[in-house]
Formats: sequence, C-alpha cells, structure tokens
Amino acid sequence: MNLKRNTLLLATGFLLLAGPALRAQPDRPFTQREDPTKRDTLRSIAQYFTPATKSKMTPDDNGFIRRWLLLEPISKPNRSNTVFTDSYLRKAFDTLWFQNQFTILPKDGEKVKVGDTELTWHALDSRNYNVKLFRFAYGLNKPTYGVLFWAVTVVSSPEEIKNVRMAVGSNSGSMWWLNGNEAVLLSGDRRMVMDDCVSTRLTLNKGKNIIRGAVINGPGMSDFCVRFLDENGEPVKNLAITCK
Amino acid sequence: MKIGIIKMSATALLSVCFAVTLTAQIGKPFIHDPSTIMECEGKYYTFGTGGGGLISEDGWTWNSGAVRPGGGAAPDAIKIGDRYLVAYGATGGGLGGGHNGRILTMWNKTLDPQSPDFKYTEAILVAQSDGIEDNDAIDPGLLLDPNDGRLWCSYGTYFGFIRLIELDPQTGKRVEGNKAIDIAIDCEATDLEYRDGWYYLLGTHGTCCDGANSTYNIVVGRSRNVTGPYLDNMGRDMLTGGGKMVLAAGGRLMGPGHFGRVILEEGVEKMSCHYEADLDQSGRSVLGIHPLLWKDGWPVAGDNFREGTYEIESVRRGYALELVVDFVRMAGGMRGFGRNQNEPVKPIPSQELADVIHTWPTGNIGVRIGDYMTRPHQKWTITAAPDSSGYLGGPYYKIVIAGTNRALAATAGAEVITVPEFTGAPEQLWRIDQLTDGTYRIMPGLVPGSDEKLVLVSVGDSTPSLGKFDMNSDNSKWNFRDH
Repeated sequence: MNLKRNTLLLATGFLLLAGPALRAQPDRPFTQREDPTKRDTLRSIAQYFTPATKSKMTPDDNGFIRRWLLLEPISKPNRSNTVFTDSYLRKAFDTLWFQNQFTILPKDGEKVKVGDTELTWHALDSRNYNVKLFRFAYGLNKPTYGVLFWAVTVVSSPEEIKNVRMAVGSNSGSMWWLNGNEAVLLSGDRRMVMDDCVSTRLTLNKGKNIIRGAVINGPGMSDFCVRFLDENGEPVKNLAITCK
Repeated sequence: MKIGIIKMSATALLSVCFAVTLTAQIGKPFIHDPSTIMECEGKYYTFGTGGGGLISEDGWTWNSGAVRPGGGAAPDAIKIGDRYLVAYGATGGGLGGGHNGRILTMWNKTLDPQSPDFKYTEAILVAQSDGIEDNDAIDPGLLLDPNDGRLWCSYGTYFGFIRLIELDPQTGKRVEGNKAIDIAIDCEATDLEYRDGWYYLLGTHGTCCDGANSTYNIVVGRSRNVTGPYLDNMGRDMLTGGGKMVLAAGGRLMGPGHFGRVILEEGVEKMSCHYEADLDQSGRSVLGIHPLLWKDGWPVAGDNFREGTYEIESVRRGYALELVVDFVRMAGGMRGFGRNQNEPVKPIPSQELADVIHTWPTGNIGVRIGDYMTRPHQKWTITAAPDSSGYLGGPYYKIVIAGTNRALAATAGAEVITVPEFTGAPEQLWRIDQLTDGTYRIMPGLVPGSDEKLVLVSVGDSTPSLGKFDMNSDNSKWNFRDH
C-alpha cells in the first residue's frame, strides 16, 4: 500500500473501527486526535529549497534538474488518487487555470489568479534531486492535499542534442512539455520513481528549452524529479538551468 | 550413433537414416545426427548421417540440399578463418557389426553447393579404431579453443571410451605425435564446448535408433582442462558414467541426441539436436533447435516459445506491457475492517474484454509498462505468424491483445505502438529468443525506415521503446508469464 492509499484506508479504517468501539464503550467518548501540524508555527521551505540565484546552475551529478519556478498549489480536491486515469489527467491539465498557462515564463514573485485565489510563483533551487512539492506547499502554509502544481524551468544547451528522452518520476500524476510540445504523461496513483516514465526521442535545441510540468495529487506527499537521458541512457548534464 | 545394442538390421537402420526426405524444421525437418549448425553467406546448414544434410534460408524452414561426400555417420562442422572444416565417421559405429571406425576431415570454402567455390578437399584420416580395442572411431565433435587456438576432436560411442585428439587448425590433420586421451565412457555423439573458463563435454546417453522408444538424452560434464577430467554436477567423472541432463524427451518429441551449439551473440545461444522421433511426423527423426541456457555454469536446453496468452513482464522492474488506456475499475472494492468474517464468501468475476473495450480508442493505441492487474489491456495472445517466416529456431510471432486483432507494432522512429488490425506487415512480426539466463528478447521483424537491429526495451520503468540489445541490461529482457 502506498502512502496516499494508506491515508485513505487509515481514515476509512479508523471510522470503521471507531464506530463499533464507540458502541461497545459508550462511556469513552470518541476524540479526534489533534493534528500536530496545526501547532507548527515554524513552517518554512528552507530545509528543502533555497531561493534561485543568478549563479550558474547545471544538472546535478545524476542529471536531475533542481532549479524550478513553482506555482503555489491550485486547489483541486481529490480524496483518492485512483481517479487519475489518462483521460482525467488530460482534462485536468488541459483546463485553463490561469492566463498564459502554457506559455508563461514567470518571474520570481509574479502572481497569477486562479479563480478568486491569487497564487505566487517562486524561483527555487531544490536541495534534493526530487522537488518536494508537499514541503513547498506545507512550508508556505498552503494546501498540501488535493492540489495541482505547475512548474517551469529553462535549460540552455550549448548544442543541439538529438534523441534525448525526458525521464520523469512524480507523485502522483503529472504531465510534462518540452518547448510547448507534450513530452510525457504519468497517469494513475503513481509513486515517485526516478526514470519512471520516459518520453519518446526528443531534440534539445541549441540555446533555450522550456520545460513545463503539472503535477496533481490527492492525499499524499507530492514531488517530482526530471532529467534528460541521452541516446545511450546516460544523463545529460551539459546544460545551464536559468529559470528565465 | 549406437549400434549393436539395438537389434536392427543394417538395411532397416539405413532405411531410417537414409530414406527420409530431408526437408525442414517445419515441414519435413528430417535428419539424424545433425552436425553443429553453420551459417554461410546468409544461409544455415547442417549435415547428417549418410551424407547430405539440410539447408535453411532463415533457420526455421529447412530443406534438403546440403552436400557432404563420404557417407558414413554423424558429422560435425566448424568454421576456422574463412573455411569450414567438416569431420565425419566414415563408418557406422557397428553398422554391419564392426567397430573398426575411421574419422576423417575435409575443408570447404563455402557450404553452398551452388557456389563456384564449393569444393571439398580430399578427406584426411585423423583417427581410427581397430574393431578390437575399447573404442569405435565415429561421432566426431570439434572445438577450437578460444584461449589458444588449438583444435580438438572428441569421438567414440558406447563401444568403449570417448577419446580426445588434437588436430592442426591449419590443415585439419592430426597433430603429429598426438596420443588420444580417454575422457568418457558410455556415451556417444560427443561435443566439446568452452565457456567462462570451463570446458564442457556433451554426450548422448540412452538408446539410439528405436524411434518413439529411443531413450536418447543429452548430458554434460565439465573440466578446467580440455583433457579432463570431465565431472558432472555430482562430481562424477564421465569416465565413470557421469553426466548432468541437458535435454530429455518432451511433449511429442522423443530421444534428443547429438548436441551442437550456436552462439548468435552475447546472451543469445541455440543448441541443435535431433529427436529420434517426432510423434506428429510419423515418428521420424527430426532436427531440433532449442534456446541454450546457462544456469550456474551448466548448459540447459531452454523451451521453445509456446503459443498462448501471457503477461509480458519487463525484467527491469517487473511491470507489464499494456495498452495506454484508461484504467477501468472493477467490482471488489475493499470490504473494510471489522466486518463479520462469517458472512458467506462469493467469487467476483474477473474483468473481461467486453467490460472495457468500448472505452478504448479505435485507432492506434500506445503501449506502456504498468502494474500487472490481470486486466484485458495487459493480456497478449502470441501465435506464430501465418506466413511461416522465421529465424534460427523459431517462427515470427504476432502479438495481439487477447480477444482482439490489435497488434503490437514497431514504428518509424523506433518506438512501439499497437495497430487496430494485424496485417502481417513485417513491423508487426516479432522474433522471440530465450536468452542464456532464461529471460527473453523480443525483436520486431522490421523497424520501418531503419536497417538497425533493434529490440523491445524498457527505457523507463513504465516506458517501452525499441533500442539496441544489451545482454548486460535488464532493459532488454522480458518474461512471458502465464497466470
């Protein structure tokens, strides 16, 4: 059982177990366990992210891209991730949540409006190979479950590279585009596994290439990791990551 | 080939050995004591007892037509440089009652009888038995030692010892002064192989030449030295009768014997043999070709692929090849904790194709790799392609979603999809080779717009594609699981 399913099952199981328990022991009132996160007044993303700087950044030793513009989570309630079929995800990601959703190259601190909610883009460097979206949302006191994240980054290549593949892992479903073209879709109640879903052969242009991704999750710890693999399956590392 | 135990007249035996119409592994693959299969100028050849042999254009359909003069029995062949050396027993291992055998060798630049270069050199005597000693000089097997280039020949039958002699790889003659070494007893049709620091002596035990009642089986021992001792897995010397089973009878094929090894590339090996009787073909002796597996340093015959409906499992992670379609939930959600366990149980019907196919697109559908859930979009029916095309040891297969004609196909751009209808196009035909570790390689008959030899690979845990075969990567390997 994965964590998200665990969450659902635990909640279900708790109710199922709590019911008979209450009936059997009417003198012991049922009390909801306190959510300790509500007492966490020191929330921060610092443990997981640092602000993106102007210093040159390249993929890490394994080729993972760690510099991203992340949009604060869009509320998209889902009590379970079992709904994340291909059709559901395509519809969810094709929905226009904010203006210029598929073309925007935002600046750090730029805001977009989703419905009545104003959300902010954050230019960040991940301390980990995987970008921990749950910690991003939690640290900013934003919703962590039932959410949809958007991520954008720019990688510059000193030369055209043919036959590369974008290799993605995400928790849960996600969709990724390279230079405006769909590259890979990760459907289902998915765990984040490096090189889980891999695109068909793509070309990285000489100069700038824009990577855009959307990650959706119900309950659970959202995150993703992205890298490019060359035609021999080796990570592409000769890239500059600029976020702009 | 063992004579003297089976009370069969020479005429009767010859009728078995010679009266067959030599044709093919499919069709009429009739041969006895086939030599190691040789590839020559794009065709495959094997020689048998009595002269002649089989030719195949693709390794699957075999026809008579190979030419080997000298008659006699049980030849072997090896390619050395740009020439082929053929060794054979000029006698019949007791045919007519005697054991005064002779082993001869001869060269040819080509095995194609139609080639202007086709001409055997004069046969050279390299070993003989006098009919009295504990040896009958028939059934030669050749090994060119990859370590030092020395050429070895084992020979003999149940009449005494299996012996080892050294030949000159330049001339095919016996090395001057070389003395034969006894390396085994109680077997025949021996063959020598080398792999990873071990020399292997393969021999055939059991009863030859008794059709469906032949108990022929192929066994092996191994040694660190070509001269032996060859011990089996129990440590028994083949000089004391030892031998570990490589291949016995199976299905409707009886009495395998006369091992030969073909290395196609790293991780892809085949073994040839004959079956004493194919019950589906009048009990005739037929050419057999199996995948050759190596398990714990021992050769084992793999199973030729069996048609059926399978999960196609990626060895990379263990996920299953499936259509890119929406997952359709089925009945049988979790019952919940704390329920009465005395409630009656009842079966839940499996999800069937009819439950889901209306949710699938009707055109091309992509493929991916996912958690196996025994669902219709993950079940593949694999049958031999109707055009009888093939490769060494097997036919091309069509791979379709069970209950449909939706076929797996290679695309231009070296990716993989499914098309709604199988048409027999070469990109919809698949070669399936069991690898030396027991897993499988799946290769399209053609990648449109490409001359590259590519196979089905896992480029991600959940993503298939076509790529170069690499025996050292689980990306290139698949299993067929029959649930």
